[in-house]
Amino acid sequence: MAAPALQIQGLHDCREAWAATLESLAAVDDRIVAVVNDSVGSSKLGGFQKKFPDRLINVGIAEQCMVGVGAGLANGGRIPFLSAAACFLTGRSLEQIKADVAYAGFNVKLVGQSSGVAYGELGPTHHSIEDFAWLRPLTNLTILCPADPWETAEAIRWAAIHDGPVYIRLSRMPVPDLDIAHRTFRVGKAELVRDGSDVTLIACGTTVHLAAKASDALKTEGIRARVLNMASINPLDEAAILAAASETGAIVTVEEASIRGGLGGAVAELTADNHPVPVERVGFPGFVPTGSVDWLFTEFGLTAQGIAAAARRAIGRAGK
Amino acid sequence: MTLHNDPIDLIRAKALWMRRTAFQMVFDAQLGHPGGDFSATDIIATIYFGVLRYDPTQPNMPDRDRFIMSKGHATGALYTALCAAGYFPEDWLKTYMQPRSMLNGHPNRNYLPGVETNTGPLGHGLPVATGIAIAGQITQATYRTYVLTGDGELQEGSNWEAAMTAGHRKLTNLTWIVDRNRLQQGAGTEETNGLDPLDKKFEAFGWDVQMVDGHDHAALFAALTAPTTDKPRAIIANTVKGKGVSFMENKASWHHGVPTADQLATALKELV
Ligand SMILES: Cc1ncc(C[n+]2csc(CCOP(=O)(O)OP(=O)(O)O)c2C)c(N)n1
Ligand SMILES: [Mg+2]
Repeated sequence: MAAPALQIQGLHDCREAWAATLESLAAVDDRIVAVVNDSVGSSKLGGFQKKFPDRLINVGIAEQCMVGVGAGLANGGRIPFLSAAACFLTGRSLEQIKADVAYAGFNVKLVGQSSGVAYGELGPTHHSIEDFAWLRPLTNLTILCPADPWETAEAIRWAAIHDGPVYIRLSRMPVPDLDIAHRTFRVGKAELVRDGSDVTLIACGTTVHLAAKASDALKTEGIRARVLNMASINPLDEAAILAAASETGAIVTVEEASIRGGLGGAVAELTADNHPVPVERVGFPGFVPTGSVDWLFTEFGLTAQGIAAAARRAIGRAGK
Repeated sequence: MTLHNDPIDLIRAKALWMRRTAFQMVFDAQLGHPGGDFSATDIIATIYFGVLRYDPTQPNMPDRDRFIMSKGHATGALYTALCAAGYFPEDWLKTYMQPRSMLNGHPNRNYLPGVETNTGPLGHGLPVATGIAIAGQITQATYRTYVLTGDGELQEGSNWEAAMTAGHRKLTNLTWIVDRNRLQQGAGTEETNGLDPLDKKFEAFGWDVQMVDGHDHAALFAALTAPTTDKPRAIIANTVKGKGVSFMENKASWHHGVPTADQLATALKELV
């Protein structure tokens, strides 16, 4: 699979942070092993392989086997980080994730690379827009979707210490550092990116910086849009979402994922049960046509303009 | 227009055109899988221009022979073959990977006539081909089913489940060709998760096995048209990844490599 090296000033490929963090953790904890499916290069684990050749297990193109092997490694006292294209890691191995990792409760870290539509032109077989919906019902599986290099490193560090199954959804799409001072990474807690009282934009991963841009644009129209970075999809920060519902009265969810069953689904479920407000879900409605990542983002409204338009719709529906 | 009286001559000419055209497409799109396109080109050209019975004006004709491209990433080889076979006009090739193109990075049967099933995730083609062959077996249909897999692809367990099923059911109407280029995405197959001896494995699963040079059109033609036995047939086609372009041959990095303008020019000089 082609991995265009996008070197844009001020933007980062979060795989660098993932690989560097895993290497530094492995240097001090010899229980940490990496498991791959012919994905050393696409996972940026060439350095790890050089430093720890015995602790890099390449099972070949065999994702179901990879997840089972992960459960076995955890049984044997290792801390396995499984790294594969998110589409194959989750879709191909779903039953292994359900039965061998989540239900059995093994300490396995699933790292989904190039999630969402990062594989662009390679098409829906290689996109991973269904992963949130597939994995959210596995309630003891922590689901994290970091937004920038700092958060990626924090998520990997947290996963290494946490005793339990974790899915970390990464992307190679270039993202900026979020412009937030004094950050603390807390699983189950949303991060306030912009404050506001007219509408709340709840985003994760590659779309958080776009939601921040949308908020800045809306400000010029006099609309104050709160932005929450919801890196923790499970557990969800229910208090922050319900506060957004009651304080701002309208919500937009934004994710590089299907609009069914992901972050948008989670927010809609929670608000429907506790505090119904209009929820506009920005994401992909289903299988997408052929196209580059940029084209797909624009076509499906994953842009500052598209998110701002969704915010206006949500505010309109709220009758504000 | 050149007339080809010898079927092998025709296959050779088509294979050359496929390689040249596919590499230009990869250059234009700045995306693709040219290494695996070139290891598979001679196999696919022999199938489409020497062996397969089809009518591009009736792509859903019930008795057509089926070809399943399980290594769906090698669309440069598949799309050029389908185009040369008459399934769609040549100018469609220029849309490869462009927005809303019917020529997606992996084949989609809802986009293109002649594509039997969607592939891209590895290890899907052989089970689907097995199903098509079972349908033919229980309806006593006259069609044959051909499926091309990669070799690294065989690390997926689904292939072995299908291989067992086809062997068990004695699907004599099924031919499985393995593009044995000994490379996968990041490294060699044998250093990653070894496959040898493949022939012994297939035999143990109940298949009639042939080994051929996967770039020798006459040998491929002979193996693909050999009389059937009482077993499904597996053809291990020994190939070279990147075959035909000196700087690409046997280099894992050309799995999804994209040529520079100079490399394209050099390649087109070599591909004559
Ligand atoms: C289930 C699945 N896992 C991983 C991939 C990523 N991938 C695409 S091609 C490839 C290597 C395939 O090697 P091989 O089957 O030998 O094909 P060839 O050498 O003919 O290109 C990999 C790992 C995939 N497409 N599907
Ligand atoms: Mg191969």
